[in-house]
Amino acid sequence: MTTWVIEVSLQPRLHDAERARVRETAAELHLAMPEPVRFCRLYVIAGNLSERDARRAAEELLADPVADVYKLRPLDRHTEPDPTCAYVLYHPGVMDPVALTCLDALQEMGLAVEAVRTGRAYRFEQPVADRLRRTVAYRVLANDAIEQVHWGRLPAEVFQEAAPYEFRLVTVPLRDADEQQLLRVSRDGMLALDLDEMKAIQAYYRQLGREPTDIELETLAQTWSEHCSHKTLKGPVDYVEYGPDGRPHRTRRFDTLLGETVFRATQELRRRWGQQHDWCVKVFADNAGIVRFDGDWNLCFKVETHNHPSAIEPYGGASTGVGGVIRDILGCGLGAKPIANTDVFCVGDLTLAPERLPAGVLHPRRVLKGVVAGVRDYGNRMGIPTVNGAILSEPEYLGNPLVYCGCLGLIPAGKEHKAPQAGDLIVTVGGRTGRDGIHGATFSSVELHSESAEFSGGAVQIGNPITEKKMLDVLLAARDRGLFHAITDCGAGGFSSAVGEMAEGLGAEVWLERAPLKYAGLSYTEIWISESQERMVLAVPEESWPELERLCRAEGVEATVIGRFLASGKLVLKYGDQVVGELDLEFLHKGCPRKLRRAEFRLPAGAADRRLPPPGATSARSLSEVLLELLADWSICSKEWVIRQYDHEVQGGSVVKPLVGRVQDGPSDAAVLRPVPESPAGVALACGINPRYGRVDPYRMTLCAIDEAVRNCVAVGADPERIALLDNFCWGNTNRPEQLGSLVRAALACYDGALAYGTPFISGKDSLNNEFRGELDGQPVQLVIPPTILISAVGIVPDVARCVTMDLKEPGNLLVLIGRTRAELGQSALARLLGWDGGDVPTVDLTEGPAAARVVSRLIGSGAVRACHDISEGGILVALAEMALAGRLGVTVRLPGDEELVRELEADNATAEQLRLGWLCSETPSRYLLEVPERSLATVEEAAAAGGISYRLLGQVTDRPRVVVEDAAGKIVLDVGIERIKAAWQAPLDW
Amino acid sequence: MATVRALVLRAPGTNCDVETAYALEQAGADVERRHVFALREQPEQLDRFQLLVIPGGFSYGDDIAAGKVFALELSRYLKDAVLRLHARGGLILGICNGFQVLVKAGLLPDPDTGAGRVTLSFNDSGRFEDRWVWLQVRAGNSPFLAGLDRLHLPVAHAEGRFTVRTAEDLTQILQDGSRGLLRYSAPPGVSADGVPYPWNPNGSEGDVAGLADRTGRILGLMPHPERHVLDHHHPRWTRSDPDRGPLGSGRRIFENAVRWLRAG
Repeated sequence: MTTWVIEVSLQPRLHDAERARVRETAAELHLAMPEPVRFCRLYVIAGNLSERDARRAAEELLADPVADVYKLRPLDRHTEPDPTCAYVLYHPGVMDPVALTCLDALQEMGLAVEAVRTGRAYRFEQPVADRLRRTVAYRVLANDAIEQVHWGRLPAEVFQEAAPYEFRLVTVPLRDADEQQLLRVSRDGMLALDLDEMKAIQAYYRQLGREPTDIELETLAQTWSEHCSHKTLKGPVDYVEYGPDGRPHRTRRFDTLLGETVFRATQELRRRWGQQHDWCVKVFADNAGIVRFDGDWNLCFKVETHNHPSAIEPYGGASTGVGGVIRDILGCGLGAKPIANTDVFCVGDLTLAPERLPAGVLHPRRVLKGVVAGVRDYGNRMGIPTVNGAILSEPEYLGNPLVYCGCLGLIPAGKEHKAPQAGDLIVTVGGRTGRDGIHGATFSSVELHSESAEFSGGAVQIGNPITEKKMLDVLLAARDRGLFHAITDCGAGGFSSAVGEMAEGLGAEVWLERAPLKYAGLSYTEIWISESQERMVLAVPEESWPELERLCRAEGVEATVIGRFLASGKLVLKYGDQVVGELDLEFLHKGCPRKLRRAEFRLPAGAADRRLPPPGATSARSLSEVLLELLADWSICSKEWVIRQYDHEVQGGSVVKPLVGRVQDGPSDAAVLRPVPESPAGVALACGINPRYGRVDPYRMTLCAIDEAVRNCVAVGADPERIALLDNFCWGNTNRPEQLGSLVRAALACYDGALAYGTPFISGKDSLNNEFRGELDGQPVQLVIPPTILISAVGIVPDVARCVTMDLKEPGNLLVLIGRTRAELGQSALARLLGWDGGDVPTVDLTEGPAAARVVSRLIGSGAVRACHDISEGGILVALAEMALAGRLGVTVRLPGDEELVRELEADNATAEQLRLGWLCSETPSRYLLEVPERSLATVEEAAAAGGISYRLLGQVTDRPRVVVEDAAGKIVLDVGIERIKAAWQAPLDW
Repeated sequence: MATVRALVLRAPGTNCDVETAYALEQAGADVERRHVFALREQPEQLDRFQLLVIPGGFSYGDDIAAGKVFALELSRYLKDAVLRLHARGGLILGICNGFQVLVKAGLLPDPDTGAGRVTLSFNDSGRFEDRWVWLQVRAGNSPFLAGLDRLHLPVAHAEGRFTVRTAEDLTQILQDGSRGLLRYSAPPGVSADGVPYPWNPNGSEGDVAGLADRTGRILGLMPHPERHVLDHHHPRWTRSDPDRGPLGSGRRIFENAVRWLRAG
C-alpha cells in the first residue's frame, strides 16, 4: 500500500480567490503575516497504486488540464519539513464530501484506491514565525472546531483505522443516588436534565426495580431537552407585569404559554372562518405548518434556528441549518418538495476592532462570511432558490449570533396525513451514521461559553448537500408511488427523537447494529443519538419495501431496515441479540415533570417630552448627510453582496426577485414565486424583524414585526386575507423571570396581532439560552442577546400578472403616502445615528394596520399602482431614496406645513428642523409609499376613504435622477443625486 | 407533425432538470427526464432520441471541479451513444453544469479534438453569482442560434470562466464565423471599451459565454435560457423601459432546436 500526495493549484496567470481571501483576512486582523504565495487543493490517496496510477488520478480527475498545475509525491515520513507550508486537514470523523466523491470516481476509473482524504495547503513567501502560527492557523486558514493545521509537513498517519467496537452494556446506578449524585450524572453525561427531571427518572426506575442503561437515559435526555420538547414555552407560566411606577398591575397564569397565545389565535381565526373558508390545513402538528395554495396543492412553511453551531463553526452551522430545515419540509406530511429558502442573520458589530474580541469568539465579519457561504453552498446545491432574508448587526450578538433558516414546500393536497402502522418497517434513508453531532440537542439547550468550541466538538458538523439532494429526488418519487405510511427527519436527537416521535401511541423495536455507519467503533448509544446529517426515517409497509429499495438503489441512495413499529406501547432497543433499552412510550413522552416558571416584566416609561431628537441634534450634518448615513445603517444598506451569491432563480418560478429595478439593485419588499406553472397564482415570502425595539418593549417589537411582514407581502401584491405567519423566538436564558417575562409580552403580541390582521400562526420555533460568557482583557464578559422575534410570512398572490415592484417607473407619476405618521423615533435608525436614546418605540394601531393593508391590496389589485414600497427603518426618507435609486429616476417631495406637522407629531414646542427630521425619519408602522399615474389619484382617494385610512399626496416622479425634498413653502431642504445614494447604500457590504 | 423526442439527462446533484423539461415541452418537444445510472445500463436507449440536454445543477456536488465527475462518467459509459446521436444529425445542449460537462468530456469545442483545449474555471470574483447578462449572438451554422442576435439571460455559477490553453485556440474560436458563439456584452445602448465585470460576470476570456461545435449541433452555454421562458422571468417585466429587450427570449433556443429537428 502506497500513499500519494497530490497538490493541485491554479495556473499562476489565473486569479486565486482563496489566496486573496487569506491575504484579506490577515489584513482585517492586522496580522503581520508573510505573503501567501500559493494555495493548493490537497488530495491524499492510499491504495495499491503505482506512480503511473497516481499520475492518472491527477491528470484525468484531480487537475484540470487547462486551468491547473499539480505536484505528485509519495507521503514519506522522512520528508524534510517545509517551514513555509501549512497543511489543513479535517479532524478525523468530520464529513469530507469531496473525499467520498473522489474515492468513488477513482475506483470507477479502475484504480485500486482504498482511502482518500482531502485538505488544503498554503505556501508563504517566508516561514511563519512560531508566535504567529496559532493565530494564522486558526483565525486565517482554518477553524479548529473541525480542522487541524500541520506546519511543515503532513502527519505520517493521515489515515487512521477506527478501532472496532466491542459491545459492553452500560448501566447507570440511579436508584440510590442522592440529589448531588443525580445532578452529577446529568452534568457528566451532558444530559441537561434538572433535578426534578432526574428525580422523575429515578422514581420510574425505582418502580421498575432496575437501573437505567445509558441509552435509556440518553433517550430521555434528548426527548425532554428544551430543543426537542420546548418545555418552557409549552409549560405553565406565572406572569406579573409591573407598571412604570413599579407596582404590579397585571398578573396571569398560563397553563401553557404558547397554547394560550400563539396557538389559540389560530384556533380562534379558524373558528371565525368556519370550515368552508378555513385555509389552514395542518398547523402546529407536523414538521411545518401547512396551508392551502389552490385546490390541488398546499404549501408548507418552516423556519428553524441554528445559533450555537453557527457561533462555533459558521459555515458548517449555517449549512447544516439549511439542510435541517429542508428535511423538515421533506418530512412534512408525506413529503413536500422544497421550493424556496429564506435566511436571516443577526451578528455582532461588524466593525469591531479585532483586539476587542473576547477569547473563543469569532469576529462578526468571519461569522457573516461563513454563514453566507454555508447557506449558499447548501441551498444552491440543493437546487432551491434562496429568495428572502435579512441581516442585522447589534453588539449583543457578538458571542451568540443568530442564524434563522427557512424553507417553503409544495405538497399535493391529500398528502398531508401520515401515520405509521403496526408492522411497518423502520427504514433509514440517506446518509450514514457517524459520531458527528452527538449531543447537539442538549448542547443547543445551554449557554455558550468561551470553551464551547472544545466542549461541543461533536456537535459541530459539515453537511453533504448532494446526499440530501439524491434523497430528496427518490423520496418524492416514493411518495407519489405511495411506498410509505409516514416520514420524519433525523434532526436533533437523531434516531432517538425521530423513531421515538413516530412510535408515539404505537411502539417500536429497533435493531441498532443494522444502521449503516460511516466508520467502525460506534457504540449502540452513539448510533442512537448521533445527529449525522442527511438522514430520514420512514415507516414502510413490508410489501412496499422491495420497490422502495429498488428505487433507492437506482439513484445511488442508501436505504436500510433498522426495526419495526409494533403496537406494544414500548420502545425496545436492541444491539444484536441484546436488549439495551426498554422504555414505556407513555413515560418517554408524558413523564417529564411540568415546571411552573416565573415571568416578570416592567413596562417602560413613555418618552413623554422627549419624543423628537433635541433641537440641533443634527446640526453637524445636513439633511442630505443624514440620509446618506442612514442608508449605510446595517439594517438598511444593500445586501446585494449576499443575495447574488444565492441562486434565487433555480426551479424557474421567479416572478419578483429579491433585487429589482432598472439595473436590479433595488431592495424588493418580498419575493414572489409561481410554483405551479399551470396556475396564475403566486406565493409571496417576506419577514419582519427589529430587535432594537425589543430592547424597550418586546410587545411593540412583535407587533411591528408582524405588521412589517404583512406590509412586505402586501406591497408586492399578496392578498392580506391569505397571509400565514411563523414565529421564531430567540431569547436569553428564560430561567430568569425577566427574560421569560419579556417573552410573554411577545407571545401576547402574537395573539393580538394574529387576530387583528387575520393572519394565523401555522408553525414556529424557539431558541432560548442565547447568552455568552467569556473573558476580555482578563475581565468576565456576559452578553445576552436582545429579545429577538422573527416573523416570517407566506402570502398568496391571486394573479402574478398583478404583482408590483418598488422601483419608480415613470416621470410624471404621483407619489402617495398611505397611513399616518406619528413621532415614533425610539430605537430608530435615526436615533442610532445620532446616539440618542429618547423617543417612543413604534406602536401598531391594530385597526389602522390591517385596514391600510386592505386599502393597498385593493389598489394594487385594481391596477392603479405602478410601484409600492413599505416604510420601515429610516422612515419615509429612506423609502423615497430606495424607490428612486431602484428606478434610476428622481422624486420631488413637498413636506406638510409646520402647523400640520405639529398636529400630526403632537409636538407643540418643536422647531421646524425637529419636525421635518422627525416626520421624515419616524418609523411608524402600517405606512406605504405608492407610485400612481395622475389619473388614478381619485381611485386612491376613494379607496383610502372607504378603508378609513389617511393618505397624502407627497410629490412627483421626475426624470432628473435626484431625491429632492421641499418645505411647505417650496424651499429645498434636501437635494441628493442617485449616484451618491447608491454609493452610500452599497458601500457597507461591498465585500 | 413529427414528434421531437428530447432526453433530459440528470445525475446526482442535477437541479435544473424540471424547468428545462418544461421549457422543452413549451417548445413542443416530447420530453423524458432520465437518470444517468439508468442510461448507462442501456446506452442504446439514447438512440430513440433526437435531442440530448444536460441541464444545470451541481452534478456530484461540483466536487473536485464542476462537471468533472459527470464528464468522466459520460466519457466512460455513454460516449459512443452520444457520438452516434451526433453523427445521425441529433442535437446536444449543455446548460451551465451541462456546458461544464460537455467541455470536460471533450465534446466541446469539438468532439474530434478531445478535451484539454478549453475549460471553465473559477469565476474571477471568487464566488458563485446569480445575475442577468446581455449576450451577443453569432449564430454561425448552429440551429440552436438561428435568427438570434441578442439575448438577456441569467447566469448562476461559481465556475464559468471560459479559459483557453493557448491564445491561438481563442483566436480560432472567435474568428471562425461559422461557429455558433455567445459572448457577454454591454447592455443595449451603452457604449464601452470592452466588457468589464459585471457585464462579463466571471472574467471569461474573449467574453465567451457559450459556443457550438463545428457542426453547430452541439451547444454549450453558461447562462440559463430555461430561466427566461415566461414573461415574468424577466427581471424588469414590471417596467416598460424601451431597452429591456423582449420578454421570455430564452424560449427561442428551445423553439429553434425543436423546429429544426422537426423539419428534419
